[in-house]
Amino acid sequence: MSNETCPTGQTAARRWNAEAPDSIFAKGVQGRRALGFAPLSGDLSGDLTGATELPEAARRAQPADLPSLSEPQVMRHFTQLSTLNHHIERGMYPLGSCTMKYNPRLNEQLAGLAGLADLHPEQGVEDLQGLLMGLKLLEENLCELTGFDACSLIPAAGAHGEYLGMLVIRALHLQNGDTDRTEILIPDSAHGTNPASVVIAGMKPRTIKSRQDGCIDLDALREAVGPQTAGIMITNPNTLGLFERDIRQVADIVHQAGGRLYMDGANMNAIMGKARPGDMGFDVVHLNLHKTMSTPHGGGGPGAGPICVTAELAPFLPGPWIRRQADGSLDLENQPGPGSTSIHSYFGNVGVCLRALSYMLRLGGDGLTRATECAVLNANYLLARLKEFLPVTHDKGCLHEFVASGSVWKQEYGVRTLDIAKRLLDYGLHAPTIYFPLIVDEAFMVEPTETESRESLDSFVAVMETLWQEARSNPELLTEAPHTTPVGRLDEAGAARNPDLRHLGPCNC
Amino acid sequence: MPYVPHTPEDIQAMLEVIGVSHVDDLFAHLPAEARLDRSLDLPDGLTEEEVRQYFKQMARLNHGQEELTSFLGGGVYDAVVPAAVDALSSRSEFLTAYTPYQPEVSQGTLQVIYEWQTYICRLTGMDVSNASMYDGATALAEGISMALAAKRKSTVILPETLNPRYRRVVNTMMAGEQVNILTAPVGPEGTILVDELAAMLTPEVGCVVIQNPNYLGLVEEVDALGRVVNEAGAVLVAAVNPVSLSLLKTPAEYGAQIVVGEAQPFGIYPTWGGPLLGFLACADQHKRRIPGRVVGRTSDGQGRPGYVLTLQTREQHIRREKATSNICSNQGLNALRATIYLAMLGGEGLVELGEANLSRRAALRRLVQDVPGVEVPFAGAGFNELVLRLPRPAEAFRAFARSRGLLAGIPLDGVAGCGENDILVAVTEKRTAEDLRAYARVLAEFLDGPEEEEVQA
Repeated sequence: MSNETCPTGQTAARRWNAEAPDSIFAKGVQGRRALGFAPLSGDLSGDLTGATELPEAARRAQPADLPSLSEPQVMRHFTQLSTLNHHIERGMYPLGSCTMKYNPRLNEQLAGLAGLADLHPEQGVEDLQGLLMGLKLLEENLCELTGFDACSLIPAAGAHGEYLGMLVIRALHLQNGDTDRTEILIPDSAHGTNPASVVIAGMKPRTIKSRQDGCIDLDALREAVGPQTAGIMITNPNTLGLFERDIRQVADIVHQAGGRLYMDGANMNAIMGKARPGDMGFDVVHLNLHKTMSTPHGGGGPGAGPICVTAELAPFLPGPWIRRQADGSLDLENQPGPGSTSIHSYFGNVGVCLRALSYMLRLGGDGLTRATECAVLNANYLLARLKEFLPVTHDKGCLHEFVASGSVWKQEYGVRTLDIAKRLLDYGLHAPTIYFPLIVDEAFMVEPTETESRESLDSFVAVMETLWQEARSNPELLTEAPHTTPVGRLDEAGAARNPDLRHLGPCNC
Repeated sequence: MPYVPHTPEDIQAMLEVIGVSHVDDLFAHLPAEARLDRSLDLPDGLTEEEVRQYFKQMARLNHGQEELTSFLGGGVYDAVVPAAVDALSSRSEFLTAYTPYQPEVSQGTLQVIYEWQTYICRLTGMDVSNASMYDGATALAEGISMALAAKRKSTVILPETLNPRYRRVVNTMMAGEQVNILTAPVGPEGTILVDELAAMLTPEVGCVVIQNPNYLGLVEEVDALGRVVNEAGAVLVAAVNPVSLSLLKTPAEYGAQIVVGEAQPFGIYPTWGGPLLGFLACADQHKRRIPGRVVGRTSDGQGRPGYVLTLQTREQHIRREKATSNICSNQGLNALRATIYLAMLGGEGLVELGEANLSRRAALRRLVQDVPGVEVPFAGAGFNELVLRLPRPAEAFRAFARSRGLLAGIPLDGVAGCGENDILVAVTEKRTAEDLRAYARVLAEFLDGPEEEEVQA
């Protein structure tokens, strides 16, 4: 497959001018060094060696076999590896439910400042006044954004926030003596982490069928609630990108049954400044700062998943709590009681929280609202332009994302959604989220985010038009895609059957 | 508007394509009772320079380890961060990339994780490592869950010498699984009493945890511990500081089947304790229970080697409520930083790092033993950290030393058999001879001073 057979012009496939380097474990040369450590100077060194501290019996039999490299070699190895990645500054990520917006460089610079990055977690509050001021401000901003009373910045990821949300709901019921309230209702359209979080928090998920549009079926809900109900976990807007229109009724039904409402805030980018979970009747929400608040994904983390809660649930948040004193100074208070909750060694991913604070201060309230407006505008624009050949099952207008179906491509040309996704890679774009949610056939979920320009959306549409033509004239271009990436489709079944999970063999030559 | 490219003309043209006249129309379907009928009560947006000045002011109100001389440890250390780590990890290609679910355009991230897994396996002697965890404490809780699931048991023994922060997280995370947690007592040497532990090893026990070096910086009797735990048929889970594996016996050598820990000292800034870098590795027999992401090597249709996320049938997006862990991310960027750090270090550099830590610990021990009244209560072998027993409360010394620009250590009152006069002092490769002398000087000054001295911070 060469470039010449691809369409020319703006939408030509992009050749990937990069090759994978050898494993770093095959590059060592005995005697090379990039990093060393000085011995202690002067009279202190004296007769002191490690031997006095660590007898032979405590030592490993062989030193770890690690490759010896020079610094320029290290720089080249990782720089070559980096060129094999797609990333935001290379091209768009139309990834539904992931909010892959631009990651401002300002955030990176500020979180790395001396006085922030070099703070040790065992330092006293006298050394942390600036940090605690900033984190308190972030907590307050997130509470105003979501309509809640208290915030915990500690969860280190969205799933970690779900887990903590379940723990605080469980703790409330236990305090009220409701030991039998252990059931959490979850719509069948939910993300897989939701039921997993419920289980590890010691409760039981109960799936309720959602309607065809992914929204809650009120009759099914009324039947499901009872004295065993601890709560419900809802993603709003839901995984089809649709706002739960009956949310107030859902809240009433669950509250009247004695349960509490948890909102998965993965889709908060759809509603900032337009609607707040706290006002809708939710009791807990988690936010993904690595989605909504522009912090980078870093190839898989670290992110942060703070939760905001009602005053009723605030006492169950893990400590330390940041408290503003009468004199304006800030203090840390431990959660009282013997059964206090702890989900992280320290205070979670503070560095990620600082990046989010930088973003929120830069945008302000109006800017966050504007971000949501442009995210929704971009999604509706793409939907309008793509629906001719990527029909949308629920075309009632979307929010920040929409779920289309590639079923026509499959029926007409034998091209599956997976093939469309893989062919997009040849055109310098990332694939959308596919086959999720499961309730849509050949699901193709697109979330452009507000930081994509009209030109960038137009070129995405142009690529999709090209793919539509390719599917008709030469479907193998799609079914065998990608062609221009550093590797083609990989043998995932083989990888799982015969796992090769580390480099074997000696390092240095 | 920062970061948003839309001009009024763009918006108008796009609204026309959509077929509505105003952006508000796009939100018209939101139910009125759920709408926010006012503006957000948040401050106005700032310019880039205004945000920068706000953060600089925040930073000025703090006092970090660059400004002060730090002897703080307890799991997070003031360690060297090479410039190459910052330079490479800030590349957009790594920083702004998504989770590598599309392997064809994520080979960089995937190969880095495979190399990280290899480094962790070679350090620990294990066969399989995952792509990283939130921190050492959550990695330990996940390791215990794995071990108990493998043994179909629900009792775990934790040592009294375990990091108390790890113990708190394990307590929380095990509560949901109704696990019975027992504690193996610490002896006068500051290490676990092997005989006492052996007596606790009833058939109900599925897992025993040791921390080595333990929270007090001391090397446990690992060979004996490994023997009694394995003879009893329980899984030994070792929590380790990976820097110590430069020199210390590997967990594989003393019979651990699961190894967890905190890799922050490998090139990661402490940032008040996060983001950190937990790791989890295991023997081959447990690989299908390992939580989180794992990368495997395979090939494409043309036979070219490549890497993919693998063993995903364990994960919650497949198993949903049957999953044993809900972790759905890894600390990817920090795993990258640690991988670069280890590449910079190499095998010889790693040994030199270990020796640098050891010789500084030895030097501090000698210096403080010359200070009248100061005791080093535990004589056994150790790494990186040292307990001092003072004639007066450690908390008072902490405050006094802070007024002299030193972060003296962590008071140990109530931890692992220690009292209010005990303090845990960390000595990393960054500490100079002058730093160590300053420590002894400030300590002598404190002990010379009046008992009730008012300390001005």
